[in-house]
Amino acid sequence: MKIQTIALNTFKEAIRDRILYLLFFFAAAALAFSRLLAVLAVGDRVKIIKDVGLASISIFGVLMAILIGTGLVYKEIDKKTIYTLLSKPIQRWQFLLGKFFGLVLTLFIMTLAMGLIFLVIVLLHTGKLEGRMLLAILFIFIELVLITAVSILFSCFSTPILSSIFSLSFYLIGHLSWGLETLIQKTRSGAARMALRGLSAILPDLENFNFKTEIVHGLAIDPRFYFFSALYGLVYTLFILALAVLIFKKRDFV
Amino acid sequence: MAAVLEIDNLYKAFKVGFIPKKREILKGISLSVAAGEIFGYLGPNGAGKTTTLKCVLGLIFPDRGKVAVFGHPPLAAKARENLGYLPENPYFYDYLTAAEFLDFYAQLFGLRKKDKEEKIATLLRLVGMEKARDLQLRKFSRGMLQRVGLAQALINDPALLFLDEPLGGLDPLGRKDLRDIIVRLKQEGKTIFLCSHILQDIEMICDRVAIIVGGRVISQGALESLISEKVLFTEVTLSGIDPADLVDLGEPVSTLGDRILLKVFQEDNIENLMALVHERRGRIHSLVPRTETLEDIFVEMVRQG
Ligand SMILES: Nc1ncnc2c1ncn2[C@@H]1O[C@H](COP(=O)(O)OP(=O)(O)OP(=O)(O)O)[C@@H](O)[C@H]1O
Ligand SMILES: [Mg+2]
Repeated sequence: MKIQTIALNTFKEAIRDRILYLLFFFAAAALAFSRLLAVLAVGDRVKIIKDVGLASISIFGVLMAILIGTGLVYKEIDKKTIYTLLSKPIQRWQFLLGKFFGLVLTLFIMTLAMGLIFLVIVLLHTGKLEGRMLLAILFIFIELVLITAVSILFSCFSTPILSSIFSLSFYLIGHLSWGLETLIQKTRSGAARMALRGLSAILPDLENFNFKTEIVHGLAIDPRFYFFSALYGLVYTLFILALAVLIFKKRDFV
Repeated sequence: MAAVLEIDNLYKAFKVGFIPKKREILKGISLSVAAGEIFGYLGPNGAGKTTTLKCVLGLIFPDRGKVAVFGHPPLAAKARENLGYLPENPYFYDYLTAAEFLDFYAQLFGLRKKDKEEKIATLLRLVGMEKARDLQLRKFSRGMLQRVGLAQALINDPALLFLDEPLGGLDPLGRKDLRDIIVRLKQEGKTIFLCSHILQDIEMICDRVAIIVGGRVISQGALESLISEKVLFTEVTLSGIDPADLVDLGEPVSTLGDRILLKVFQEDNIENLMALVHERRGRIHSLVPRTETLEDIFVEMVRQG
């Protein structure tokens, strides 16, 4: 109940933030641009539209999550609004979860809006309503939820600029970490290989949420893959949130 | 009467600097506030008043010592169910309107829709901000924010109210309104904890005060027991007399035109002065006895402390 109240207020805050509309505008522009690109390009035009479109949704969604998420908690502390809020009968973890869900709700609506624009563009081109695209978008959203948690975690102890850099690094590492697997294969067994194995276990693997290629190319996917990816997202998000709560609980608000 | 707030031997140090160095801010604060009183927490800038409040509200963690609010530790939700807090220099969500802001806080207390609307209307009227109801808080002036701040502190009808420099930014009328509100709240049986360094305002309404200097409470008690009723001196403004003749009677403070302001310390000198003025056909414009004020005590103690 209290979490819900804070979440709704956070939602209000986010949708009154100009940066959200700026990013949304750019995302819409990129989606429209994908159509233009397809006309100019040679090859499978529909695939280009889908590739560029899904990538735009993902990138602008991540930017929304990071740019808004890293400011949410920091602003409350910096502007001292947190003083009165936490003097009300709410616990600190409720505050943090409220912030999290508020931004998740915002991102849900934004992703949905971008997804609909995308579907319409595809529809205009192919004459078919391709519901399967929504599945790719769903996993983009699951990734956004995780990125939101990460942004909030960093903003519990550092400034928005630093947190943004950290969160962006998390995102990039998460998408490049699968490269480690190749590296491991090429390394001779021994200490170096063990170290790489350990690293790859700790580092997030955000490629788990990437079904874009398979879906765009109409490849079959084992449903278990979907299930494990969703589970991976859930567990990782919970872990990050728990970490954020632990840090936030001990903080002095000065 | 039962204590609603109990602070026992509170210590808090802040780490400052690039290579953290501890600076002790609170050095063993102890005090207790009884139900139904107006308690003044007085001290010069940087004494540690706000820091104490933050410990009480669970916003920062003390290094040592105990705080009990209604017998609960500060972090317990129970402790905060029944209190209100107006921070110094309040600043709130600037993207909300005054009504939305109060509504948000009212929801945190689980007020029902109808009660909520009624409560918000009453509070906005109380602090004189009905007209600004639908104005975004970013467009509020400092004093207007202070007023809305008071409204949010009262949203749950708290039994214990913490006000940190509540008079900051208020115009003279606002100050008077606020004093009236505080006195009314006391009559309703609420307890008020007032941090301030504006003494004239405190003096009129406080039952008990604690004076804090450099992180220590150096004096605590009922206002009457701290201030004596004794007349310190009498200020007399007069004209038509040669200042040289007044030196024996008192201490001339200033002259403006032919008017002289004189501080007279002994009671019998007043009689002599009046006789002199009568004899020389001068005039007395005013005659004001000055008793000891909280300010005198305060200045004295801060100097010693
Ligand atoms: N975050 C902080 N880090 C280091 N020192 C701090 C911090 N916050 C406050 N202080 C120091 O603690 C002391 C007490 O501050 P506090 O805000 O409690 O004073 P105050 O009594 O409320 O003063 P005022 O009347 O000006 O409001 C000051 O010397 C201040 O410099
Ligand atoms: Mg202060």
